[in-house]
Amino acid sequence: MSRKLFTFNGGVHPDGHKAVSNATPIRAMSLLPHYVVPMRQHIGAPARPMVSIGDQVLRGQMIGAAEGYVSTAVHAPTSGRVVAIDARAVPHPSGLFDLAVVIEADGEDQALEFQPLDWRNLDPSALRNRIRDMGLAGLGGAVFPSFIKLNPGAQKIHTLILNGAECEPWITCDDRLMRERAAEIVRGIEVMRHALGCRTTLIGIEDNKPEALAAMRAAVPADMEVVSVPTLYPGGGGKQLTYTLTGVETPTGGRSTDVGIQVFNMGTAYSLYRSVELGEPLISRVVTVTGHVAQAGNFDVRIGTPLKDLLAAAGGALPGASGEIVGGPMMGFDLMDSAAPVTKAVNCLIVKNPKLFPTKPIELSCIRCGECARACPADLQPFEMYWYSRAKDFGRAQSYNLFDCIECGCCSFVCPSHIPLVDYFRFAKAEIWEREREKYSADQARIRHEFKTFRLEREKQEKADKFAKAAEKSREAAASGADVVADPDAEKKKAILQAALERAKKAKEAVTPKNTDNLPPMVQKEIDEIEARRSKVEGNTESQARHE
Amino acid sequence: MITAIFVMAAIGLLLGGILGWASIKFRVEDDPLVEKIDAILPQTQCGQCGFPGCKPYAEAIAKGEADINQCPPGGAEGVKRLAELLGVEAKPLGEGLEPKPKSVAVIDENTCIGCTLCIQACPVDAIVGAAKQMHVIVASQCTGCELCLPPCPVDCISMQVIKEDVLTWKWRYPIHMMKRAA
Repeated sequence: MSRKLFTFNGGVHPDGHKAVSNATPIRAMSLLPHYVVPMRQHIGAPARPMVSIGDQVLRGQMIGAAEGYVSTAVHAPTSGRVVAIDARAVPHPSGLFDLAVVIEADGEDQALEFQPLDWRNLDPSALRNRIRDMGLAGLGGAVFPSFIKLNPGAQKIHTLILNGAECEPWITCDDRLMRERAAEIVRGIEVMRHALGCRTTLIGIEDNKPEALAAMRAAVPADMEVVSVPTLYPGGGGKQLTYTLTGVETPTGGRSTDVGIQVFNMGTAYSLYRSVELGEPLISRVVTVTGHVAQAGNFDVRIGTPLKDLLAAAGGALPGASGEIVGGPMMGFDLMDSAAPVTKAVNCLIVKNPKLFPTKPIELSCIRCGECARACPADLQPFEMYWYSRAKDFGRAQSYNLFDCIECGCCSFVCPSHIPLVDYFRFAKAEIWEREREKYSADQARIRHEFKTFRLEREKQEKADKFAKAAEKSREAAASGADVVADPDAEKKKAILQAALERAKKAKEAVTPKNTDNLPPMVQKEIDEIEARRSKVEGNTESQARHE
Repeated sequence: MITAIFVMAAIGLLLGGILGWASIKFRVEDDPLVEKIDAILPQTQCGQCGFPGCKPYAEAIAKGEADINQCPPGGAEGVKRLAELLGVEAKPLGEGLEPKPKSVAVIDENTCIGCTLCIQACPVDAIVGAAKQMHVIVASQCTGCELCLPPCPVDCISMQVIKEDVLTWKWRYPIHMMKRAA
């Protein structure tokens, strides 16, 4: 079984440090008192919380539903009670808080009744909906909702690639998974192959994992091919692995599906097996804990486990630790708050010490040596992009295909001036996105403002037209005078009006003051005197008026 | 000699004719400069520049009647881009014009009496409501122009600064360590 392999340009060979954590089997974790389950664990819209505070939940119960198309569900990692739904620390480079459901475990770990799926006889669309409700997202780190990737859509997918390269140093979770659960992974791959309807299935594993290669080769059926690829970072990047295995380049700004190839991570295949064949949603994943810890290794971790508890399970950090990295050392980020939980995206937790991770040397000026361009696996010119990103000339940076940068960190790794090139590229990308967002909202505001102006103008015009019409009509009526046939209802209206007037008059008469009837003689006499005086005065004024 | 003069004159007349015809045929109705300036302005329609909206301000700039530093929501960045477009020097924002953090208006639902005055004031129709019905602001459409604040008779509208969240968070400019070396 020898397949012609292709070699992408660039790449680096950082120290692997794989042996620190890949010698021991995957360990289970004991149940914790609290789990923090963020609603945003995938690319796209965050899940919508489906529970309220005080609710009892079971293991595997959906607590967040997919909201919109690019989204996926979130489930309770154990049985217990919802004690809070608010912003909590999440594993994110910003250290900002995000919406999460906090579950207080009841210790029973009671599960919902999981229903295995008869996926071979299920309608593809129903299968995908089911996978969305199982919360499946790519576990390699990008956490793109899997059900979308399993939709072949308009493009015909001819090749399915399983990514077991695990090229980042320190991380060994896929390695252990393949060694221990190869049969289950293969069953997950069967589901993928069925959903995509592809002919070829390639499983790419770097040659620094001979045990995993052997285990997978023993497990796969004849129509899947396990390929050993040379160890070269970032050989596990989707585009790089695609090129290595098939020689097909992914077009600029495109995805591998544009060329009929779909790439999935090993962990996703395993979770797909669990959710489809066992009916258990994505509530756990394998995470590597390594670096400066007492017992480095891999753990089967419930989603929502606080990272500090995970660290404690690995015996805790050794004295002299200087912080933690979430993800690998090349693409990961420093953990801000160890209360942040494990999410679907977290594959590794590395405890740093000054010896393994020395503080970054001082950044010097770019000498334009071109080392970064030679190391770039995406065939870019990082030194040019750096120059324009630093000068905040984002248009020019983009013209050097900034958005084809996969942020692998090879350029920063080889830079003799220790320039954090990727940091500049991330900054430039974020600024460009922000500008696009602003541009979009400005355009929306312009359209809405123009429509409002138009609407006001139209309303004014309509009103003016109405008045003009009414005026015209009355003028016409005046001009034609008696010729105009009277409104047939006019007489009737007049009669009604007359009747109303009569009624009003009668009513007025009826309410004449009642305090002048049946008076005692004394009061009557007084009134008569007053009346006589009044008539006299009125008579006088009248005669005066006459004289004048 | 006379032939040469005649030929040159004929060519001149012919080309002049073509140019004259083209200037009528391909006449540009709107000033394209106004469109370009308008595209840079942030479209908040807030009127802080002294003009009733972004388009009138763009027209005034194009005519040379207004300065380029009168738009606080656009900020220094906006002034810079206008300066680049018009080929003039960038300058700081005009006096008394301070850029504010991006905000959205929020109606206090308990106080709103449903008078519709804010709906009429909103330049982008981002307020929903009817007479004697509670009004609500569509946050995604609100430009933060504050034009709805003065007409409200019960002062139930307040501006809330948009907080950074995980989705809108941006990678910061890398901190330069070079200075320490010097």
